[in-house]
Amino acid sequence: MTTATAKKPATMAQALQRAMRDAMAEDPSVHVLGEDVGALGGVFRVTDGLAKEFGEDRCTDTPLAEAGILGTAVGMAMYGLRPVVEMQFDAFAYPAFEQLISHVAKMRNRTGGAMPMPIVVRVPYGGGIGGVEHHSDSSEAYYMATPGLKVVTPATVEDAYGLLREAIASDDPVVFLEPKRLYWSKSDWSPEAPVTVEPIGRAVVRRTGHSATLITYGPSVPVCMEAAEAAREEGWDLEVVDLRSLVPFDDETVCASVRRTGRAVVVHESAGFGGPGGEIAARVTERCFHHLEAPVLRVAGFDIPYPPPMLEKHHLPGVDRVLDAVARLQWEAEH
Amino acid sequence: MTVQELPGAAAYRPTPPPAWRPRTDPAPLLPDPEPFRVLGTGAELDAALMLKLYGELVRGRRYNAQATALTKQGRLAVYPSSTGQEACEVAAALALEERDWLFPSYRDTLAAVARGLDPVQALTLLRGDWHTGYDPREHRIAPLCTPLATQLPHAVGLAHAARLKGDDVVALALVGDGGTSEGDFHEALNFAAVWQAPVVFLVQNNGFAISVPLAKQTAAPSLAHKAVGYGMPGRLVDGNDAPAVHQVLSEAVARARRGGGPTLIEAVTYRMEAHTNADDATRYRGSAEVDAWREHDPIRILEDELTARGILDEHGIRTAAEAAETMAAALRERMNADPVLDPMDLFAEVYAEQSGQLREQAAQLRAELEAEAR
Ligand SMILES: Cc1ncc(C[n+]2csc(CCOP(=O)(O)OP(=O)(O)O)c2C)c(N)n1
Repeated sequence: MTTATAKKPATMAQALQRAMRDAMAEDPSVHVLGEDVGALGGVFRVTDGLAKEFGEDRCTDTPLAEAGILGTAVGMAMYGLRPVVEMQFDAFAYPAFEQLISHVAKMRNRTGGAMPMPIVVRVPYGGGIGGVEHHSDSSEAYYMATPGLKVVTPATVEDAYGLLREAIASDDPVVFLEPKRLYWSKSDWSPEAPVTVEPIGRAVVRRTGHSATLITYGPSVPVCMEAAEAAREEGWDLEVVDLRSLVPFDDETVCASVRRTGRAVVVHESAGFGGPGGEIAARVTERCFHHLEAPVLRVAGFDIPYPPPMLEKHHLPGVDRVLDAVARLQWEAEH
Repeated sequence: MTVQELPGAAAYRPTPPPAWRPRTDPAPLLPDPEPFRVLGTGAELDAALMLKLYGELVRGRRYNAQATALTKQGRLAVYPSSTGQEACEVAAALALEERDWLFPSYRDTLAAVARGLDPVQALTLLRGDWHTGYDPREHRIAPLCTPLATQLPHAVGLAHAARLKGDDVVALALVGDGGTSEGDFHEALNFAAVWQAPVVFLVQNNGFAISVPLAKQTAAPSLAHKAVGYGMPGRLVDGNDAPAVHQVLSEAVARARRGGGPTLIEAVTYRMEAHTNADDATRYRGSAEVDAWREHDPIRILEDELTARGILDEHGIRTAAEAAETMAAALRERMNADPVLDPMDLFAEVYAEQSGQLREQAAQLRAELEAEAR
């Protein structure tokens, strides 16, 4: 559990900034580095003010080289620092894959536990903001396929703060996926309320229901919440599970929900083929087969490179596509 | 048509802001065209250091021979020998203080051993019983690195972190000539120069990357020339001349330690054996070339000079050979024992805390092992 009394963060971007700020204030070994994270505060302003408050040695504008940023972060972690790395956009994190997969993810294992890698790799990901190509990828499946990494993504402002604090405190490397289109989403909690969230590795039921479970995460959580509201008119009472953490995966919460409802739809933006939904549907089927009234369905992005901005609305799974899938869940006649 | 000839081209040419100017005159950064040498130049030699270097060279060569023999006996999965390159390996290790860090590649077992690592532990990766086999923090030796050049940015990050903490620690990163073509080499040098990180990059140019000769790797006049574009000095040294390598490395380490920033050193040497025991070097090089380099053997040229100068005598040569033999016998003996491995370790250090998924898989393996034992 992460608890901190925070001044009300108005948006997810501000909550993330606040999380880094609080972590840096508490622990001098926390360092932020990346492209434009200093004076500019990051292209999404998530590191706004950190360089000013903590100095350029703690919040560093690096040369423009993703492998170099993550590779030097590995060396910094070897010397006892806790680097928080910003990758400017999802598709620009790919040059750093070698460092991520070969070193960040494996160093603890390779050294028999002697050399953990407490690195957070922050990746703004996903579409829906009208970005040109290479600015809207959902890259979570690549990270999920790499043992040694935790893969986390917040859907709420509170989780943005709490999960990032947890990620920075984690002795394991965390790929922290920030849903770009939720950066400006606001929260309505009381300004002085303590931020208390479930730890990394736990899913959360965002909305209870008994007809079917929508299993989702990150940018698709608000879509599913909206779909659940709309489904009431159709007579379906949908439960929404926000995974929050893709690795480790919370089989318990997910399966408990599916056993209650007997039906499930997995919803995400990234391509369906080889995507997270396939893995999740398989897990659920393996564990809940006798409770299922229908096959676990997937609503995902099409199996295409992320489309140009003027077409992305056709690609992104929206409320209607979620409801269509729910309609296909082999309902009895009364529905 | 050149840009200048285009009508109105001047308007498109970026005007440098008033503050812009070349940071340094590149001339002092350029390496001397001839590799730096000590042997045969009449330069003064520190007898104690020379004997230390000599002893380590002899021990290193014997280590290489023993490890290669162990591959033939199936005791070692693979061994990339550094025979012919011992001067680089030894000088690298001996140029460092205890608080400094070494970032080796897969070929640099000798540097790790010369730095004090247990000879058996240094072979863990190559034996295949675990990956690293030693605590890198205890010895300040990063894990032997298999993906080429990826250890270089680690060295920069560590050196940078040490400097931020106020420690006068230097990182020494070793890389092969082939590795200099990798993007990580470029990024590491660039970061190091921009951050003025206390790092020394040592390229062991042994002529080949597996089968590919240097001429197909780069068109640069020398690998040391690459330093200039990053704004750091490049040094070229005879990699078989142990005192020369030691001097150049020591100077670069001292320079880094006093805040002078990184240096790129190219040591020109030769890989006398195949890439690894699994490689057939006769497919890509002739014996005449190998024979020519044999004349310039690092042990031989040091031994000749030290003997001529009266620093080394028959007794000293015998003592070094005996010490090497003792080390080899112990290595053989210890490597003959089968390592005791616990299969459950597979799940031990994937994450700090085992996930539910890994606990399930560990239980599955445990059940399989119990069934087997029955
Ligand atoms: C990124 C990467 N690509 C390819 C390989 C396979 N490989 C192993 S050693 C080697 C040649 C390396 O040559 P060089 O850097 O000159 O070092 P040397 O082996 O001569 O010491 C290659 C291609 C590798 N280890 N890593």
